[in-house]
Amino acid sequence: MNTMISIQGLHKYFGKIQAVKNVDLDIARGEVLVIVGPSGSGKSTVLRCINHLEVPTAGSITIDGDLVGSDDIDINRIRAEVGMVFQQFNLFPHLTALENVTIAQRLVRKRSSEEADIVGHQQLDRVGIPEKADSYPHQLSGGQQQRVAIARSLAMDPKIMLFDEPTSALDPEMIKEVLDVMLQLAREGMTMIVVTHEMGFARAAANRVVFMDEGEVIEVAPPNTLFNEPQHERTKLFLSQILQH
Amino acid sequence: MTLAPEQLESIHVEIPKRLTWRSFPYWLAAIVGFILIMAIAILVGEEYGEAFSFIIQGLGITLYATGLAFLISMAIGLVAAIARMSDNTFARNVATTYIEFIRGVPMLVLLVTFGLVIVPEVLDLAGLNRRVIDLTHRGIIGLSAVYGAFLAEVFRAGIESIPKGQSEAARSLGMTKGQNLRRIVIPQAIRNILPALGNDFIALLKDSALLSILAIREMTQMTKLYTGSSFRFNEGYLVLTFVYLTLTLVLSLILQWYGRRVGTASEAR
Repeated sequence: MNTMISIQGLHKYFGKIQAVKNVDLDIARGEVLVIVGPSGSGKSTVLRCINHLEVPTAGSITIDGDLVGSDDIDINRIRAEVGMVFQQFNLFPHLTALENVTIAQRLVRKRSSEEADIVGHQQLDRVGIPEKADSYPHQLSGGQQQRVAIARSLAMDPKIMLFDEPTSALDPEMIKEVLDVMLQLAREGMTMIVVTHEMGFARAAANRVVFMDEGEVIEVAPPNTLFNEPQHERTKLFLSQILQH
Repeated sequence: MTLAPEQLESIHVEIPKRLTWRSFPYWLAAIVGFILIMAIAILVGEEYGEAFSFIIQGLGITLYATGLAFLISMAIGLVAAIARMSDNTFARNVATTYIEFIRGVPMLVLLVTFGLVIVPEVLDLAGLNRRVIDLTHRGIIGLSAVYGAFLAEVFRAGIESIPKGQSEAARSLGMTKGQNLRRIVIPQAIRNILPALGNDFIALLKDSALLSILAIREMTQMTKLYTGSSFRFNEGYLVLTFVYLTLTLVLSLILQWYGRRVGTASEAR
């Protein structure tokens, strides 16, 4: 297996509370991994450890051969190659959609304004909102804001995209437009880790689904296996709770 | 986040958007009335006119000291705010020492201490002649040091008002801490603290009167000189009151107008 991300023995404590317990995961190049589980199960924390927004208490994370958090490697270089999409979009409200997509290209990738603008327009086009380039975030719907946020990450030419409940803050009618962009990315071969409650997306796009509970990985399996023949009681309980509607 | 009016220590004009006989700002009419009566007295009354033309000679230094001290204190305040929020224990403690030290001493005492003790002693230590910095600029340094500590807390509140997600997004894109601060956090923070900054500018204008303790020839000192030789205390101090009130009222109205313009643009955010 051509490993893109290797997580080994990951532990994370917040004070005395253990958010992540001994997580081991390998993600292959081009793989789409979906993490599901009840809230507070440590899914987001695992994601945030990958780009070092949270510093692991113990364990190691290697991205394409680079050890995250090692003193020899500039964390900002790794972060530039690991895109992250947040539940609350976190667009920069004082910048237009295009400026949101270009600022890190210029500051981090050191691209010229012209080059950054060209890439920015391409990426806004890719997520389907080229006409919103000059709009400010507050002038956009939630779905549009989230798509700008995805374009902002894609403009950095990331090796990996992390999605932290990207549709949880969206009105139902806007979820599809964001999921469509993510599905498109998955088809194009992007390595993705997605924390979500959208089981439909997991079935359609995931190579493997991880079920986490109370900070631990309970079960990892392809979506059909995990959803249809869960092996663990906790997985069955979780699935019965979310699928009963 | 903006500071609530009750936290402000300066004149605060708020004209209701819709005027009725109940919401009409009678208090403002009363203040404007006082200003008009004084203006007439200065134009018509010989003694008032004489007092005014003497005192107004200090207006230049009052405005110069206020403007320069405000610029310096903004720079000090921003640096102190960032240091105070820093992870670096040393930087954090230096900034906190400065801020709490200033807040623990009366402004009048600080101005004298800066003007007559700290600045000359520092000049001595640096091997410079004490006359390199005149008393006016020593006073401005003192005012800047005091307001730098006040503004540090304003900047800190402004920076802390920016949601953590903003920094997380910037850092996750690979921006450094400095880039995040300069390009993402501070531009948003400044907009949030504009009303508080404006209020502090007016407060600084008023506090510049304390420079008279160092015999700096701003308006209050000019009034002291005028009344000291003419014994026309009524005319002198009424005229001085009139000038300050006119300045602060006009500034406050400008701030309100500006705040409404910026506010309507940012309310949609």
